[in-house]
Amino acid sequence: MEPTPPNKPRTLRIIIAKPGMDGHDRGAKIIARALRDAGMEVIYLGLRQTAQSIVHAAIQEDADAIGLSILSGSHMHHFREVHQLLEAQNALDIVLFGGGIIPEEDLPALLELGVRGVFTPGAHTAEVVAFLQENVREKI
Amino acid sequence: MQTSPLQDSLLTAFQGGQERALARVLTLLEGGRQDSRGQDSMGQELLQAVRQLGKRSRVVGITGPPGAGKSTLSDALISVYRARGETVAVLAVDPSSPFSGGAILGDRIRMLRHTHDSGVFVRSVATRGALGGLAQSVSAMLSALEGFGFDHILLETVGVGQSEVDIAQVADSVVLVLTPAGGDGIQAFKAGILEIADLLVVNKADLPEADRFSRALSGALELGDHGFDSWMPPVLQTIAPSGTGISELVLALERHQTYLRENNTATGLEARRLKRARFEVRSSLLQWAEQLTGAAGNAVFSRVAQGQISPLEVARTLLEELNRSSLS
Ligand SMILES: Nc1nc2c(ncn2[C@@H]2O[C@H](COP(=O)(O)OP(=O)(O)OP(=O)(O)O)[C@@H](O)[C@H]2O)c(=O)[nH]1
Ligand SMILES: [Mg+2]
Repeated sequence: MEPTPPNKPRTLRIIIAKPGMDGHDRGAKIIARALRDAGMEVIYLGLRQTAQSIVHAAIQEDADAIGLSILSGSHMHHFREVHQLLEAQNALDIVLFGGGIIPEEDLPALLELGVRGVFTPGAHTAEVVAFLQENVREKI
Repeated sequence: MQTSPLQDSLLTAFQGGQERALARVLTLLEGGRQDSRGQDSMGQELLQAVRQLGKRSRVVGITGPPGAGKSTLSDALISVYRARGETVAVLAVDPSSPFSGGAILGDRIRMLRHTHDSGVFVRSVATRGALGGLAQSVSAMLSALEGFGFDHILLETVGVGQSEVDIAQVADSVVLVLTPAGGDGIQAFKAGILEIADLLVVNKADLPEADRFSRALSGALELGDHGFDSWMPPVLQTIAPSGTGISELVLALERHQTYLRENNTATGLEARRLKRARFEVRSSLLQWAEQLTGAAGNAVFSRVAQGQISPLEVARTLLEELNRSSLS
């Protein structure tokens, strides 16, 4: 007899944050709820986070992924900063993704930067869930 | 004790004070509870390894109804301890959704001002709905934080349910946070929850009726059952966001710690540690019981219900199966 299935899928832990100064976290909350409803654990950091506080939280929480919601137009800057800090911490195994108002023509540059997934307002939350399930690698 | 090379390097990084290693160890200990037969070697061995480091922290449980101000209070306590140069870890436990098993963990938001301080470590934990399992993994995670060398550990849990009462058993001191608002007080009296508290905090003392509520609590405490304990829980008032009353709370916590140290008998510090260990073993047993009965299938229970077989006999058979499976 086997009381627990041995290969029960691991619970994914995701940081959701909004860097920068704009004050709308509706999109971030929608994503947070969708991930929770897909069985993930979301560490919600809310508004006006610095890259340092986001990466710091991701390390302490042993997060599998960081999702940034950016509406202010400064996505290049924020993603670059977070990516650099992750690199400095030797933590590039943490999947960086994001969404918000991001013009189509910026996507290649973001992917080049190391952002693994970008979701614009038309995207369905199920796409984000599927993306995370596919892209998060097994730890240890 | 056998450890793998992977564990060895993780442990070396852990002992070297690397935060990432601590974070990873916590993940392993948290996941470890899902394995039933003591064969989750990685988690169990890591747990033993961090315990053998022999370090101790002061563990304060902070519990109370949703929104009472537990996280804001933790944030204020962190500031006091950090001002003295002492390090602090927080384990903030929030419920998992019973529907999806997922969770949104929001306690960290209240402690973000310490985000650039390397002497503060915050970890959010979801209950993951396991009976006995939560207390077990929280206990293991506490040991990792102790082994890492924090001076203080704050353990925040929500509500007045059984799992919170259980978790209170792993802390050295338990702070019950209530507010003058809503029906907190009445709830607390009814649930018999006052008995688990070593200190009572009436937070949101800026709201009306704080004094009256505090007096009512003191009155209820005088009627309470404190066993052979000669410690009488103090009732304190705080306004967490402004730090009002926090230094009094810190002093009261120190008085309680001193009391525990000086009472090396039934209620002393060592006795509490043993209670914690006993509790962990008991939680493992409970978890097994839950898994075994869950896996047994309805047929056997319907035979019990019809009187064809005794519950004791079934229990014994299940235990035997458990034994066989862990020996194989
Ligand atoms: N007026 C007043 N509000 C307070 C006080 N302490 C906390 N709050 C507010 O109460 C709300 C909840 O505070 P938290 O610290 O998140 O409470 P909590 O008990 O950790 O909440 P959960 O973890 O969700 O159960 C926040 O909006 C706080 O700003 C206080 O002393 N007075
Ligand atoms: Mg809280």
